[in-house]
Amino acid sequence: MSKIKEAFERIGGGGALVAYVMGGDPDPETSSRVIEAVERGGADIIEIGIPFSDPIADGKTIQEAGVRALKSGTKPEDVLEIASCVKVPVVLMTYYNIVHSQGLTRFLERARDKGVDGLVIPDLPLEETEEYRRAARELGVDAILLASPATQVRRMKEIAMKTSGFLYLVSLYGVTGQRAELASGIGKLIQFAKRFTNGRIPLCVGFGISKPEHVLRVVEKGAEGAIVGSAIVDRVALLAHGKEEVLQEVELYVHSLKEAARKGFRKRELRKPS
Amino acid sequence: MVIKYPRNGRFGRFGGQFVPETLMPAVRELERAYLRYRRERRFVEELNVLLRSYAGRPTPLYFAPNMTKHAGGARIYLKREDLLHGGAHKINNTLGQCLLARKMGKRRVIAETGAGQHGVATAMAAAVLGLKAEVYMGAEDMERQKLNVFRMGLLGAEVHRVSTGSRTLKDAINEALRDWVTNLESTHYLIGSAVGPHPYPVMVRDFQSVIGQEIRSQMLRETGRLPNAVVACVGGGSNAIGSFHPFVGDKHVELYGVEAGGEGKGKNAAPLLEGREGVLHGMLTYLLQDSEGQVRETRSISAGLDYPGVGPEHAYLKEKGRAKYVAVSDKHALRAFQLLSRLEGIIPALESAHAVAYATELAKSMKKDDTVVVTLSGRGDKDVHVVARMTGVEI
Repeated sequence: MSKIKEAFERIGGGGALVAYVMGGDPDPETSSRVIEAVERGGADIIEIGIPFSDPIADGKTIQEAGVRALKSGTKPEDVLEIASCVKVPVVLMTYYNIVHSQGLTRFLERARDKGVDGLVIPDLPLEETEEYRRAARELGVDAILLASPATQVRRMKEIAMKTSGFLYLVSLYGVTGQRAELASGIGKLIQFAKRFTNGRIPLCVGFGISKPEHVLRVVEKGAEGAIVGSAIVDRVALLAHGKEEVLQEVELYVHSLKEAARKGFRKRELRKPS
Repeated sequence: MVIKYPRNGRFGRFGGQFVPETLMPAVRELERAYLRYRRERRFVEELNVLLRSYAGRPTPLYFAPNMTKHAGGARIYLKREDLLHGGAHKINNTLGQCLLARKMGKRRVIAETGAGQHGVATAMAAAVLGLKAEVYMGAEDMERQKLNVFRMGLLGAEVHRVSTGSRTLKDAINEALRDWVTNLESTHYLIGSAVGPHPYPVMVRDFQSVIGQEIRSQMLRETGRLPNAVVACVGGGSNAIGSFHPFVGDKHVELYGVEAGGEGKGKNAAPLLEGREGVLHGMLTYLLQDSEGQVRETRSISAGLDYPGVGPEHAYLKEKGRAKYVAVSDKHALRAFQLLSRLEGIIPALESAHAVAYATELAKSMKKDDTVVVTLSGRGDKDVHVVARMTGVEI
């Protein structure tokens, strides 16, 4: 069984917190300490970004984190090293050119050897994933596919069938980044996706999930997990200015997100007719 | 070897649709609309009327006697896309896509621009067809091309400054893609070159193929046969693919794409010569990148060629050996810019000057009764500042 699947089973199938950080932000060494703080805070899965020069699915916050990481000389190899020290399951997030540049199989092998459990590639839609999914399956790495509010019934069904680890549901039309409010209709979107994932694979919601109350809401609405990125990365950005106390703030913040996920899951369980 | 329409979105293994899931329904919707309207008589007629009465088609094919004499070889012809409305071939594509956007019920178009030529052509087409235009432009390019920024404003377009990454064309495309993913319902993304996810490369090629079709019939009328060679500059490669496409099946017509050689090795914008296969902006193609897969910054005297990727059909034609790709340095392009101005009284765009430079060399090596057609993709008024500075003149 994959470590990601195990993680979901351990927490009873719901209320998982997936925390994203950019690998190598602001530099590889500090980045490792950020990830330790995120782990202490109680993240169930850590998603680590490999910086890419042209991150088209990302908003300002993660773009700038990528620039900081690249400026400090971070290579994909450094991010794999960082990943190898993490105890909870690790998912890598990067754009396809980084993978393609090394060769798909070689990249996946290296990642697996460093203990990576899954991969998210936002510019690889279903149609382009056949070879990737086969190679990942053979190597025991989860190829995590994305769906979005633009995804229609037949596609949603196929994506839910073909993803592994979990289904990454993009909550909104747009790029990553903090939002004051959740996208309207998020409950409906989650219920729609659940029709295809229920009993098969966990559903995690990301993009624009920036506050504990957002996490609570998406879990309460039925998601097995919430993915928070930019809100954490914005705090890491302060580290670049030498503010050491930020590490503790990151830990506390992740803790509050995890608490919110628990609360959302409890609320949902209470509402279930027994 | 002639690919009329890449059904699976691929030219050989190049091309594809490497876009976020959210964009998939949008590129599909665009493909459906394009497949429908490109065959619809009313659409084709409407576009032809605009091309004729608004843009100024057909453009002349000009025999350049002085350049021919100077080269001392083959006869050199210039395809005068520089005479089009707006001063470049870009309007062929923007009229086509704006008309399509209107049929699709989109009221807003967004575009990226490097030198500003595509931005201006988008603003013009949007104005005449009653659409709202917003143009993304790198902060660096806005500095270099102030005049075009002002022109776009006059034409009613809003220009957004892009301050991320290298602050040039590739970053403007990134930002336009981010806008599109946010505003799918209302917005058509009007890509300016034969790049991006399928169906853009084939659609832009088709809209630009009017160049090659005219060259073909004009050469037959003028000389009674097809040219021996067709030469065009390649950034993303839209004027080149538009010039080449109608000749791909004619094995004896040699096709030459000229990339920006910049200041030499490592300091250029020549992905077909110095790049390797990679994925950027939705397509698998040749890409200037480092050993880790980070996209490299490019360098060229001409903003319009300053792009690290290239249209996937060029990658395919290179691999098949059907077209040859070469590079011309900043210095040689500048010399050709001055030469054509003096000898023929035509100031070419710096982009097109790359093609002129190579064609002159090529003509030298050919027989006197051979013919070479150079696509003059744009006029050089926009470049006089750059050229003045390069030659040490203050204006």
